[in-house]
Amino acid sequence: MTVQELEELEKPAIDPGPDHIVGAGFTNATVTDKIANVALRPLKSTPLLWFAGIAIAFMMMQALLIGSAWLFYRGVGAWGVMIPVAWGFAIVNFVWWIGIGHAGTLISAILLLLKQDWRTSINRFAEAMTLFAVAQAGMFPILHLGRPWLFYWLMPYPNSMWLWPQPRSPLIWDVFAVSTYATVSLLFWYVGLVPDLASMRDRATKLWQKRAYGLFALGWRGSTKHWTRYQMAYLLLGGLATPLVVSVHTVVSFDFAISIMPGWHTTIFPPYFVAGAIYSGFAMVLTLAIPTRKLFHLEDIITMRHLECMAKVMLGTGLIVAYGYLMEAFMAWYSGQFYERFMYLNRATGPYGWSYLMLIGCNIAIPQLLWLRSVRLNVPILFVLSLVINVGMWLERFVIVITSLHRDWLPSSWGEYHPTQVDWMIFVGTIGFFLTLMFLFIRILPAISIFEMREVLHHLRHRNEPHPQPSPSHGD
Amino acid sequence: MTPSDKTVLDLDRLRARLKAGQGPMYWKSLEEVAETPEFQAFVDDELSAVRTPDWLDPANRRTFMKLMGASIGLAGLTACTKQPKETIVPYVRQPEEFVPGKPLFYATAMTMGGFGTGLLIESHLGRPTKVEGNPDHPNSLGASDYFHQASVLQLYDPDRSQAVLNRGRISSWIAFQAAMMQERERANLNKGAGVRILTETVVSPTLGAQIKEFLQQLPAAKWHQWDAAGRHGAFAGAQGAFGRPVNPIYQLEQADVIVSLDADFLSCGPGNLRYAQHFANRRRALTNVAQKERSKQDIQEGYQAGPDAPLRNQAASHSEEDTSPSPSLEQAKAAGVPVEQVTLNRLYVVESAPSPTGGMADHRFPMKASEVEGFAWALAAALGVGGQSGTAHKAIPAIAKDLKANAGKCVVIAGDYQPAAVHALAHAMNQSLGAVGKTVVYTEPIDANPVDQIASIKELVGDLNAGKVDTLVMFGGNPVYSAPVDFDFKSALQKAKWRAHLSLYNDETSEFCHWHVPQAHYLESWSDTRAQDGTVTFVQPLIEPLYAGRSAHEIFSALAGQSGKSPHDTVREYWQTQRKDADFEIFWQTSLHDGIVPNTAAAIVNVTAKAPAAPTQNPGQGMEIVLRPDPTVWDGSFSNNGWLQECPKPQTKTTWDNAVWISPATAQQHGVATGDELEVKYQGRMVTGAAWILPGHANDSLTVHFGYGRTRGGRLCDEIGFNAYQLRTSAAPGGGGGVEIRKSGGTHYFASTQHTQTMESREPVRIATLEEFKKTPDFATEKEPDRPVPKYMTLYPDYKYEGYKWGMAIDLNTCVGCSACTIACQAENNIAVVGKAEVGKGRQMQWIRVDRYFKGNIDEPELYYQPVPCMHCENAPCELVCPVAATIHSGEGINQMVYNRCVGTRYCSNNCPYKVRRFNFLSYTDWDTQSYYPLRNPDVTVRSRGVMEKCTYCIQRINAAKIESEKANRRIADGEVVPACAQACPTQAITFGDINDPKSKVAQLKAQVRNYSLLEELNTRPRTTYLARLRNPNPELGGVTA
Repeated sequence: MTVQELEELEKPAIDPGPDHIVGAGFTNATVTDKIANVALRPLKSTPLLWFAGIAIAFMMMQALLIGSAWLFYRGVGAWGVMIPVAWGFAIVNFVWWIGIGHAGTLISAILLLLKQDWRTSINRFAEAMTLFAVAQAGMFPILHLGRPWLFYWLMPYPNSMWLWPQPRSPLIWDVFAVSTYATVSLLFWYVGLVPDLASMRDRATKLWQKRAYGLFALGWRGSTKHWTRYQMAYLLLGGLATPLVVSVHTVVSFDFAISIMPGWHTTIFPPYFVAGAIYSGFAMVLTLAIPTRKLFHLEDIITMRHLECMAKVMLGTGLIVAYGYLMEAFMAWYSGQFYERFMYLNRATGPYGWSYLMLIGCNIAIPQLLWLRSVRLNVPILFVLSLVINVGMWLERFVIVITSLHRDWLPSSWGEYHPTQVDWMIFVGTIGFFLTLMFLFIRILPAISIFEMREVLHHLRHRNEPHPQPSPSHGD
Repeated sequence: MTPSDKTVLDLDRLRARLKAGQGPMYWKSLEEVAETPEFQAFVDDELSAVRTPDWLDPANRRTFMKLMGASIGLAGLTACTKQPKETIVPYVRQPEEFVPGKPLFYATAMTMGGFGTGLLIESHLGRPTKVEGNPDHPNSLGASDYFHQASVLQLYDPDRSQAVLNRGRISSWIAFQAAMMQERERANLNKGAGVRILTETVVSPTLGAQIKEFLQQLPAAKWHQWDAAGRHGAFAGAQGAFGRPVNPIYQLEQADVIVSLDADFLSCGPGNLRYAQHFANRRRALTNVAQKERSKQDIQEGYQAGPDAPLRNQAASHSEEDTSPSPSLEQAKAAGVPVEQVTLNRLYVVESAPSPTGGMADHRFPMKASEVEGFAWALAAALGVGGQSGTAHKAIPAIAKDLKANAGKCVVIAGDYQPAAVHALAHAMNQSLGAVGKTVVYTEPIDANPVDQIASIKELVGDLNAGKVDTLVMFGGNPVYSAPVDFDFKSALQKAKWRAHLSLYNDETSEFCHWHVPQAHYLESWSDTRAQDGTVTFVQPLIEPLYAGRSAHEIFSALAGQSGKSPHDTVREYWQTQRKDADFEIFWQTSLHDGIVPNTAAAIVNVTAKAPAAPTQNPGQGMEIVLRPDPTVWDGSFSNNGWLQECPKPQTKTTWDNAVWISPATAQQHGVATGDELEVKYQGRMVTGAAWILPGHANDSLTVHFGYGRTRGGRLCDEIGFNAYQLRTSAAPGGGGGVEIRKSGGTHYFASTQHTQTMESREPVRIATLEEFKKTPDFATEKEPDRPVPKYMTLYPDYKYEGYKWGMAIDLNTCVGCSACTIACQAENNIAVVGKAEVGKGRQMQWIRVDRYFKGNIDEPELYYQPVPCMHCENAPCELVCPVAATIHSGEGINQMVYNRCVGTRYCSNNCPYKVRRFNFLSYTDWDTQSYYPLRNPDVTVRSRGVMEKCTYCIQRINAAKIESEKANRRIADGEVVPACAQACPTQAITFGDINDPKSKVAQLKAQVRNYSLLEELNTRPRTTYLARLRNPNPELGGVTA
């Protein structure tokens, strides 16, 4: 590849607009070049902002290290948890991260089965995000344990005590749900990566890069036999992953719904948690995709069409979430139950009323802007909205966990929860960890599925769909 | 490096080399000349000088270990205390009754505030671990309060003084004795003219005799007494009314109407345990109305209102088909009284700050402490006593009528801190009401030498300032901290030429003494003491003094020239002189065993009270202050006790602090909020303390408590709270008018265990007046639209409890909120202390809490107390959600907590509607302080960080009883298992037992109509149930109820 060609790849790209899922003039070769180049380009041509970004993220990650080191040394009292609010930021963050981790599987599996071709540009990216978000989420149940070194007692394993976990506890279901989800997500992501790793191996110029990509490409040669089996395996994995999209957050919601606390004991939790998870997941994909496509000039691959589709999904799931809030309020009134009514009023007007009002603002009121096409097509506003929804969904978990617990049945035991420095450090630290992983991922692995993009181009050509003609500057 | 590695030096070559001038000109060693690799390595290694060269040498490491082991072992040997000299032999034969692993109980007594309370101490292999009341003792009747419970922690307190100090340097008992005998010799010359002795109130007959003997030898010496929390007003009142000190004893079991004039007789003061129990007995005498028989249909439908769950289940366990009411229900019904015959005693309380007694009142009238006298005059006038009309009060005619109607069955009690006139009026009223000899009797005082203690210490300070005092020996007490502030005891003390202080702690007073001698704790030393009625108890030690403490007996023995005489011999010899005729050994052993000396009650005296002539006190218009001992740390003698510091004060539920209590209206008037720092100015002196707004407090009045603001005396008590003694003058030891407050601008953080004061329309405490009760006996379980009583529904058959089925009933009608249960539980179950910061975060660990609720308006609210231990729910929500099965249901219905299995998800606590679970958020247990090791109950696991814990119904006691019963092949009898809370409870409000046994006390209580479950609508089916509270307001005061 000549220097001119390289410069060409790193030139600002032109967004083909909301009707196209890929920019003009891509061929199988150029799309491969473009995507592989993000990872394979020499260090010196990495955007400076990437260095700045990963530096900040890495520093934030140190907060996690310091916070959790102190936590392990001092004990779980380093969190702000107390009686009656015995669950705090750890569980809030756990549910939030797990929720974020939902977009990946949804995009990969369900949209794959539904043959939504716009998923292709973002699925790899979303899957990686899922994996990293689940990794963050997975830390919290252990960090929050009183005796974290005994976390494995939650797993069924034969032991000399002849003791098994207690299967009626939703926390056990959680262990299975989350670990299954993490495993399947990892497999799905990795299996999807294999052909691309082979492409990377073939394009890498340095020996160590060839070796590294080659090792993980598992000897992929791109033979027809490979592709046949590969397609079948991928589809099967998609089928396996599909129920997980619904099951994980359903089970997570059982952590609350199974209990008897007013504000937790609600049958609407499973669907509304799943919708909320997808809502926040898509918001996070947008939060990450918008800067990435700008930074690496991928506007012609992650196009306005993708952004608009994601905005629509957010609008839809946001409305389901709004319905959930409405039903909670309605049921509190309609049940005639004293404690439910009190809980709801306290949630809205009690000491944590600010969080509820912010939640309604962030999750329901502001996202209604997405009804407007002009908003959906405005990238900066979309970015801000995605951040707002991320904050809103975090607040939702805060409201559910904290305000339900802090004033429950007997007024004598009411209390207030105040997060400590460690609470904040670990929360910020996981965001740093997550972003660090994302930055590394973008720079090291193909962030967009190369072979699937080629497939998309192929389909477009075959279906003779309106596809911008190759411009003279792009040659085979 | 082993020697074999070394390069062998070729000496010939070296010689040659040096000869040839090739090597260095100056050389240090042969190795250097030879330039061996070892030498090169040594030069290269920059750090060789700081590294221990032999660190890795195995031979030396072993030697090192050997030496260390030997020196530690030898150090251990030298640290051994001298073995006791009294009859002690190795166990050639194991003593009878002594089984390792099984505790023994010894009777002894604790003296506090001028009277002793008989106790039984649990001893595990010679280590006292737990205090129980002695049922035979008139002051205890089996109960104990939190001071008794926490005294065992004081015994093991690592901050207790541990060595004799001479001018702050460690000295010895021998040296002290020598110095003291020198003083004694000098005093002999002038018959002890410059010798002064200062004690607290002395009730020990032996010590009294020793002091009197000493004073005989040195007739010019003087004995002074000062007890900061003493009953100065009561003493002066009796003196005023009868012209001599007498000791009133109230017989509350006989009293139908009680009027308390600022007397908190249920929770503090002499005889409080006895009074509480007698009051409760009278209150509960005729309230056992059994539940109505449920209709057959209800039972067929499985209708269950929680309360009769145990009975119904039991019926079901006999025969599932049989739906007729079970025999036990019939029996329980038969045991009850018809509802029309229910009667209650009635309690009127007039007080400034809410007290547990005020909480039990049927009518409580908050008023300034100085207004109580006016009220007493008015009440006396209405009863035809006294010559003054007093201050009119709307309630007086009705109260007077009630008293007159119950003449002979009523009593008027004056508070210890009220002035003499109130006491005299109370005595006069009791006399005119025919109460004397029935509800109140007077005896000779029990003190060895009853004196006016304020006058006594005043005289001492006068002598000190006049330079008349050469030698001052102080036995206990802490007068530098606690003497009236106008005496400036600190500077007066330093005018004595030779000062010695015997005390448990190296405290503020010890600091200014030449000699400080560590005092032996009451569990470490022999003595004797007297109950409020005069009954003597021998105080026998449970353990050798941990810190070489000495008792006052030893010092007086030494002064009497009998140095080395043990307190045991002193006490025994004294009693030998008292009991010449009896077979002394039998008398001695029996008295020790029983914990009381028979026939030693003080003689009843016949006295006639004379009403005082004129009011002594005019309530001012302005703000006044009331000074009282702290509810939990008392006069400061328990300031260093973590259990008591962390015990929520019954009224405010604050911990680790004292506060300026202020009424809501007065706070509003002065713009004060809870936590605002107030500068309280009184008689030209000022302290700064934080305000606590307390509903039910009298307006224009502040209440502050002693015991805080300590500067020396242990790690826990320093620098917390403020010192209210700074406002206490000899003229007004209980406080007075003319107080100014000003906000200093600062705020203070209180660690309270209960933030919400009201029941928030939930009614965890269910209350009815006697009339309402008669109208609706099942008011406690009545269905209300907002509180639907759930049908008893489950898909599964009930678990059948074939054996025992443990349950608890808590009678809110008799609970006075004293919190003795909380501390008894803490002592029994090795519950950790967490400190103020952690309490502030809501992380206190006490397993049984006493919730306090206000009801009604904020100025004159009703107060309710509710002890809340684990409910041991049949359908326990906590068990369902534990992922590791760490909390499970036992076959006897106890919700068990398996600490070893707990990983600390805390889900169980979240799902507990009663929030009775406690979590070790940090490593709260003190694993390092060795002196706490023997304190812990060996039958209860000590919990470490990260595990959940909670009330177990004292399962260790259940299991101990089970082992005993199984040995005898019988069932556990009712009352054989008593949990620590129930055991301590002075009013027996807590009853525990087997509900499978219809004859058990607890089953019968649960069959009463007042029985209800907390949050029964959740269908958790608690095993702990409550008996609803009844109030008995005077119908004539309908509109005046407080």
